Amino acid sequence: MPLDVVTGNHAAGHALSLAGEANRVGRGTACGIYPITPQTEIVERVAAFPFSRGRVVAVESEHSAMGVTMGASASGARAFTASSSNGLAYMVENIMVAGFYRLPIVMVAVNRTLGPPWNIWADQGDTLMLRDFPWVQLYAADNQQVHDLTLLAFRLAEDPRILLPVLVCMDAFIVSHTQAETELASQAQVDDYLPALNLPHRLDPSHPRALGSMVWPAATVSHRKEIDEAMARVPTVIRECRSAFLEIFGRDPGGAMEIFETDDADAILVASATVATTARGVVERRRARGERVGLVTMRLFRPFPADALRAACSPAGRIGVLDRDYAAGVGGIWAQDVRAAFQGRGDRMIQDYLLGVGGGDVTPDLIERIVDDLMARADGDAPVWADLAETWTTAPAAEVDA
Amino acid sequence: MSTDAALVIPEIPCSEECLLREGNTNCGGCGMSLGLNMLARALADADQTCQLAIPACCGIVAAGAFPTTAYSVPTIATTFAAAAAVASGMVAIRDLNGERHQVVCWAGDGGTYDIGLATLSAAAERNEDILYVCYDNEIYGNTGGQRSSATPPGARTTTTPRGKREAKKDIIAIMAAHRIPYAATVSIAHPDDAHRKFLTAFDTVGTRFLLIHSPCPTGWKSEPADSVNLVRLAVRSGLFPLYEVFDGLRYRINARPDGADPAEYFARQRRFPSDAVDLDTTRRVCREGFERLETLAQAFPG
Repeated sequence: MPLDVVTGNHAAGHALSLAGEANRVGRGTACGIYPITPQTEIVERVAAFPFSRGRVVAVESEHSAMGVTMGASASGARAFTASSSNGLAYMVENIMVAGFYRLPIVMVAVNRTLGPPWNIWADQGDTLMLRDFPWVQLYAADNQQVHDLTLLAFRLAEDPRILLPVLVCMDAFIVSHTQAETELASQAQVDDYLPALNLPHRLDPSHPRALGSMVWPAATVSHRKEIDEAMARVPTVIRECRSAFLEIFGRDPGGAMEIFETDDADAILVASATVATTARGVVERRRARGERVGLVTMRLFRPFPADALRAACSPAGRIGVLDRDYAAGVGGIWAQDVRAAFQGRGDRMIQDYLLGVGGGDVTPDLIERIVDDLMARADGDAPVWADLAETWTTAPAAEVDA
Repeated sequence: MSTDAALVIPEIPCSEECLLREGNTNCGGCGMSLGLNMLARALADADQTCQLAIPACCGIVAAGAFPTTAYSVPTIATTFAAAAAVASGMVAIRDLNGERHQVVCWAGDGGTYDIGLATLSAAAERNEDILYVCYDNEIYGNTGGQRSSATPPGARTTTTPRGKREAKKDIIAIMAAHRIPYAATVSIAHPDDAHRKFLTAFDTVGTRFLLIHSPCPTGWKSEPADSVNLVRLAVRSGLFPLYEVFDGLRYRINARPDGADPAEYFARQRRFPSDAVDLDTTRRVCREGFERLETLAQAFPG
């Protein structure tokens, strides 16, 4: 396949458009779109795409962008949108509702710092705040993954065993605006990969349902339990979507997580997105020096793949979680879930490192310091603010190194 | 009866004549119920079907609880501010599939004048092919009766315990300013006029807006049996003139006030404390408002 040199946003817009176009053999496609930096280029590409059976509705807010997308999806169309940061915050009510409606919407989110103070750089706090809603969340580390996971997201969302919306996330600018060689799908490939959507509960005159009206507590329990069961099926269905992708596109889009040098590791880093890419280089160097350090790159955040993570980390006594986000009063958001995955299941030291918060540079040197700290510390403690210089002038591990 | 029996989904008869079926939860004297019946009658008469997008309001509570629904047509309960956006998505897919049903937003005044106004404005600006019906009971009825920007001056609500001081928002003027093809006021006391307006709306392409003056005996502290009389009085006294606006430019008046005194309208609803309504001002506002309409209708007839 020929390679194109495109941005992450271009890759996302391409994948969304071709996925929508592929449903011309079904009930078509539509989406509501609204701009926000650094996502805007995605919806611009979608708006420019010559859909043969689709409509792109440029609306007045993110709330309405998801509103239009939900109306189209509930009518049985393939529907998608994209957003970022405070735009996601403004959209939150309808994001939640799309999940509760069980609509297989795909949204690409560019992870940008929530404001104020206003900041357009990378930080995952915007999508991680959506963690309790019925959305699958996938985190891409590069342009190719953005493209591939976006296509995979449709197949996953629309699987009758799942019927949940899927969020595909990428880091602001580092991926969204950086050009890289990317293998872009052809329409014929996407047509093969994404068959016509047949939404079982769409608005249908022959079965006039009231979608989303009142329920009593017992039916609410059933509704939540069904979501829980669908979430539990996600890892299995992702594996199937991955195999089918490999067959049609001839490359592996990746699965729920990627493990690297974890088998005999004494210390394992758990990271996601571009932070994981940088961490991998550090782990390679440490291995070359004979140090037993490993890396788990998380792609799936919801449902949280706790079983797979435990299996990947089984020998490691020390786990360092790299969080490019901050939950007020708690610390890193990934770290909370990593701790929960191990809670009551063996004695591991788990330390949370906040790094690149607000889009600061995540350099190999910074992760080197984190690995030193992780190897040296006696116990897990409060989150380490790795971006702050004073952290490293006062921490015991840094002194030992010096 | 086994505990599962309650979750069996019954076969649902689909008939436009019974859009709002028996067993709905609406109160006695509810103007919105009559409005839905008028919509149903017009649909049947025009041999049309519809799908409903209903934001948070009594209109969606009326559907009742899962697994039953009082509505005989596909219905989606949208978030409070999102009805016109969700309906836009529904219209897009209807048109892409060559389907012909009306997409109807059925919303209260809170979801129209207040929280949903930006969404509605945007849909109107895009001239989405939606029939947007606001049943205006001048109150947040579903939450127990709080002020909205549709609440008339003088009305006591739980958030204006001494009577509202501000004027009622002129939503028809706002919608007309979008130059949508059709906007009209509707009174359930004038069923033939209402019927004609629904039919006109069905025959018009683009965003169509109907405003139904919709009595809420619970919120208005009025007698349920008096609902139709009250809104008739509102038309007769000029409080709620019946008129149509075409393309936001041409006006047609449908009923002339007959000189009835608005005082009676206020006296028959306990939401208006006796000292909260300035009757002289109200009479003047009604008179001037109608004169303005008349001037517009003469200068720019529809």
